[in-house]
Amino acid sequence: MSETAIRVEGLGKEYRIGAVSRYPTLRDTLAGGASGVMRAVAARRRSNGQRGVLADRVWALRDVSLDVQRGEVVGVIGGNGAGKSTLLKILSRVTEPTTGRAEIHGRVGSLLEVGTGFHQELTGRENLFLNGAILGMKRAEIARKFDEILAFAEVERFIDTPVKHYSSGMYLRLAFAVAAHLEPDILLVDEVLAVGDASFQRKCLGKMGDVAREGRTILFVSHSMDAIQRLCSRCVLLARGGVEAEGEPMRVISRYLSSGRERPGPDVWVDVSAAQRTGTGTGEARFVAVRYGSSSEALASHAYPGGPLEFSLVIASDSPRSVESLAVTIYDQYGTKLVNADTISRGEAVRLREGHTTVRLRIAAVHLNPGIYVVGLWLADSRDVEFDHAQSALEIEVVPAESYQFGATPISNGLVPCRVEILQVS
Amino acid sequence: MGQSADRSPDSTSLPRPDEGAATRANPEDGADRARAAETALRVTVIRPSTGWVSLRLRELWEYRELIYFLIWRDIKVRYKQTALGATWAVIQPFLTMVVFSLFFGRLARIPSDGVPYPIFSFTALVPWTFFAYGLAQSSNSVVSSQSLITKVYFPRLAIPIATVLSGVVDFGIAFAVLVVMMLAYGVVPTANALVIPLLLLLALVTSLGVGLWLSALNVQYRDVRYLLPFLTQFWLFATPIAYPSSLLSEPWRTVYALNPMVGVVEGFRWALLGTETAPGPMVAVSALAAVALLVGGAFYFRRMEKTFADVM
Repeated sequence: MSETAIRVEGLGKEYRIGAVSRYPTLRDTLAGGASGVMRAVAARRRSNGQRGVLADRVWALRDVSLDVQRGEVVGVIGGNGAGKSTLLKILSRVTEPTTGRAEIHGRVGSLLEVGTGFHQELTGRENLFLNGAILGMKRAEIARKFDEILAFAEVERFIDTPVKHYSSGMYLRLAFAVAAHLEPDILLVDEVLAVGDASFQRKCLGKMGDVAREGRTILFVSHSMDAIQRLCSRCVLLARGGVEAEGEPMRVISRYLSSGRERPGPDVWVDVSAAQRTGTGTGEARFVAVRYGSSSEALASHAYPGGPLEFSLVIASDSPRSVESLAVTIYDQYGTKLVNADTISRGEAVRLREGHTTVRLRIAAVHLNPGIYVVGLWLADSRDVEFDHAQSALEIEVVPAESYQFGATPISNGLVPCRVEILQVS
Repeated sequence: MGQSADRSPDSTSLPRPDEGAATRANPEDGADRARAAETALRVTVIRPSTGWVSLRLRELWEYRELIYFLIWRDIKVRYKQTALGATWAVIQPFLTMVVFSLFFGRLARIPSDGVPYPIFSFTALVPWTFFAYGLAQSSNSVVSSQSLITKVYFPRLAIPIATVLSGVVDFGIAFAVLVVMMLAYGVVPTANALVIPLLLLLALVTSLGVGLWLSALNVQYRDVRYLLPFLTQFWLFATPIAYPSSLLSEPWRTVYALNPMVGVVEGFRWALLGTETAPGPMVAVSALAAVALLVGGAFYFRRMEKTFADVM
């Protein structure tokens, strides 16, 4: 049974930056004739001869088409400004598209931000009903699920206390609990899991998994590749307002992680200061540059199966500090973590100076098949405070080495190489 | 609130049909499933709208519970945050009445259609305060609901409607004080008092009508905030609150009623104090003007609505 839940055809959304950046006053409109001409002239000058492009307009979403079947859990990923949130806002009817159309089959519940409409002065109970109504629940429905919501949120004792006295965790749990019990046919979720502690996030993911198993459709925007992989049956990659890739989550995620990444040769310093970060690090200490190599003269220092791999890492720190966890992670093209060379396993801290420090790491043997791999960098003082995290700082190539493999490469190779010997043929 | 919540233990003890996906295909399993099956057929089409759009009143009706909760929130929060709470509903018109009685009644000796001046002005101030409060609150309602509008979909008209309606409670309190005052002055209301609800509706329509225009304008042009106090003050003196409309002769009195609050105020006086102003034609003209304001405001609001989330 495959029924369409969401059908999006050529959806586009244009924003006027000029109008967004400040509030127009009546005077501006009254004087609109003159200033309009001025703006157009200025815009044309700025756009520097690009025909018909007005610099104060931007397409947040452009010609996006998408089909989501009933019961599918579709992840939406992409960098900042790729149009993920705009897409969800249009589908949840918060804002109108500029072009195209979308068809929604069934009741939509949107979780664009937990706690929307919560009022500080009202008690937990009162907010629960108010929030439910805002999200589109009937009063009887909320009353029926009241105990269940309360149990999920774990705020029974404080239910008659104004939420202004709640801790941020309690506030969040209550807010998510209401939304999680919405039971819509289609659930639109935008990055709600970015907030809250680990146990809360686990709980939210679990609830969303339940919702998915009940056969509801979920469209899920997240920066957490882990959550996307665990929940989604399909994934859509947005870039610059358009659909860049779509399909099996692993494949799309690897495409996302490998976009805009450098693949330098060995023994070359690579500037990683502008590489995309996960945004979870404090930035007090950051990776600035990386160089790798195998020191193999025969292979021009290229990495090879079973060979050593050395990394030189330049780290900038704003003060002297000791770092317990410095890791170089190697992923395959699908985002599977293959190698995690973390200094925490050695139990000795790395001391960083104020300013730049160069750290050299050596992986004694990389058991990787020839191919392209993604290198991630991680820096933390313990498991709690993360300084810097780039999931895809650069790509490296592992080249075949004669010493390791004499015949042809199997057509469908495994993740990890191995030495095979023929013991007997009888 | 508390009552509906207390009922929940009974309902949750019912067998729960929504365990697992298998039951989903069977709509007879419970009201919940039936609802899901029914709404599953509903197809929403999202596309760019151009120009004037329908008011979608049916959808607004479906969201009536939200309107109810928004009203309830407005009232609850207002009374929780203020020390004097409901007393404010009385203080404002009452003090204005005292000031008016002193300056206009005593010193300026403005005629009051043969009714004691304090009750003459207070009868007008009670619906006026309702109108002015509704106007001020609804004009700011959309802007102050920014966090809602940019996050969730619901018919935006619900916001100003709920704001104006929440003023009815204050009106009720002030009206009770008015009745007490009438008794104190020995004024006995006639059977005409039965039209009071209709006159209140007229005040509500006027307040909402103007409120819709201003709230939508306010999103684009924050000048509305500065315009509002001036507009309210101007309107106060353009309405026969401190003076009777009988100062004007026909046909100007009827033309005067193009200001819908003229019909409301004169209607109140006629209904409660029995002033012989025969406000029939005035109320009719006012009602027409108010409906025109409301319909125009509602369509303008709907037209501007699509830009709300983007501009705020």
